[in-house]
Amino acid sequence: MVRLEQVTRRFGAGTVALAGIDAAIGRGEFVALLGPSGCGKSTLLRLLAGLDAPDAGRLVWEGGGAPGAGEIGFVFQDATLLPWASAARNVHLPLRLAGRRFEDGAASVRELLARLGLAGFEDAKPAALSGGMRMRVAIARALVSRPRLLLMDEPFAALDEFTRNRLQDDLLALWRETGSTIVFVTHSIYEAAYLASRIVVMTPRPGRIAAEIASPLAEGGDRRTDPAYAALVREVTETLRAVMPA
Amino acid sequence: MSRAERWAPVVFGLAALGVWQGLVIGLRVPPYVLPGPAAIVAAFWADRASLLLSLVSTLAVTGAALLAAALLGMALALAMAASRLARAAIQPWAVVLQVTPVVAIAPLIIIWVHQQFAAMVVCATIVAFFPVLSNTAAGLAATPPELADLFRLNGASRWQTLALLRLPSALPFFLAGLRIAGTLALVGAVVAEFVASSGGFAGGLAGRILESGYRLEIPRMFAALMLLAFTGIGIYAALGAFERRMLRRFGAGG
Repeated sequence: MVRLEQVTRRFGAGTVALAGIDAAIGRGEFVALLGPSGCGKSTLLRLLAGLDAPDAGRLVWEGGGAPGAGEIGFVFQDATLLPWASAARNVHLPLRLAGRRFEDGAASVRELLARLGLAGFEDAKPAALSGGMRMRVAIARALVSRPRLLLMDEPFAALDEFTRNRLQDDLLALWRETGSTIVFVTHSIYEAAYLASRIVVMTPRPGRIAAEIASPLAEGGDRRTDPAYAALVREVTETLRAVMPA
Repeated sequence: MSRAERWAPVVFGLAALGVWQGLVIGLRVPPYVLPGPAAIVAAFWADRASLLLSLVSTLAVTGAALLAAALLGMALALAMAASRLARAAIQPWAVVLQVTPVVAIAPLIIIWVHQQFAAMVVCATIVAFFPVLSNTAAGLAATPPELADLFRLNGASRWQTLALLRLPSALPFFLAGLRIAGTLALVGAVVAEFVASSGGFAGGLAGRILESGYRLEIPRMFAALMLLAFTGIGIYAALGAFERRMLRRFGAGG
């Protein structure tokens, strides 16, 4: 879907956030960008979204053109909903910005909310929803314009473990169902191993790709209790230990 | 709040008024120095037509100034949010207007603006617009950057970002500024009336206060002051109710 060639990004006085990143993201992949704080994974996500531009190197998109308006879905660490708008209107926002009326998109909005377990909460304002529910609204909002690429920046980091596990399960199911392409930034080894079809391990200052690990986990079945999941966590942990500066 | 807590301010106020009345009678304080509450109420009742008419005049200036302050503050805040150049150009002058006492500028304005009502509205607007401007500007600047990114990703136009994101984010800030502006508009209106009275203007509650002073009708002076104080409280409460209503309708709650 997109190839990164020698992508470099610097900030201010000599801080190199990304140093010569070469990577590729294939259609339908679920890629986890894993690394500690300050390794440039969020910067990489912003470059993919087109919210930031590299100082050197380039991004080569399949089919030539960079994604246009509404072709990228973005989920932030906080749900960042409009606090004055109902869940349904929040989900509808990308359609509205594309010039479509609320009534026209209402059916697909309701369907998406129901798919994310929020049937009956269409008219609730964000303040009336729990943190997990707000994040579900944010995911629905990112999907409503049927984006080519879904980018997620530590979306579950602020949630409690039970809520996080349920959202991870739902996201996996959604990915399998829709076949969408996801790049997911996380600093949790367990989360990366559980979700991704490929894990990209990054090191900090300057941000580089240290290793790439393809997931051996089967598509079906319960991943959390699969011995292969435990083995993958171990492999990722050992890789991190080997590549991290002391 | 318990029943006792709700009634406490009323009981305390009545007790204070009772002590005041008692001291005035007991110490034989002459009414031209300090009238008792009973004399003030009597003076108000005796002169209610003139006092209420003056209040209407003062309220007209206050209301017009509040409206002008809301529109002017909002417009300047939008200009400052739209362009850094506009911000750099406007901000220092807004502060200059704010820190210069209106009593000092008022004579100039009354010379320049020949229509008396308009001149007083201009004075009161100068006092009242600053909180609207600074609050709305702060609100427009406080848009969460992630939401701004989200609008960018979805190809939002400048106009869409303003109408669907920045203005609604700024609404609570604007309303808080408006509530402060309401009481300041009243202060500005009274100051303008005081200044205008030296040019022969005799309307408004300030006119009644000055007039009572000249005639040593101190109870009437207190009655006009009392009316002003209640009006200020009324404006503050009304704008507070307006704020809650707007936030329930367009805000995060409900």
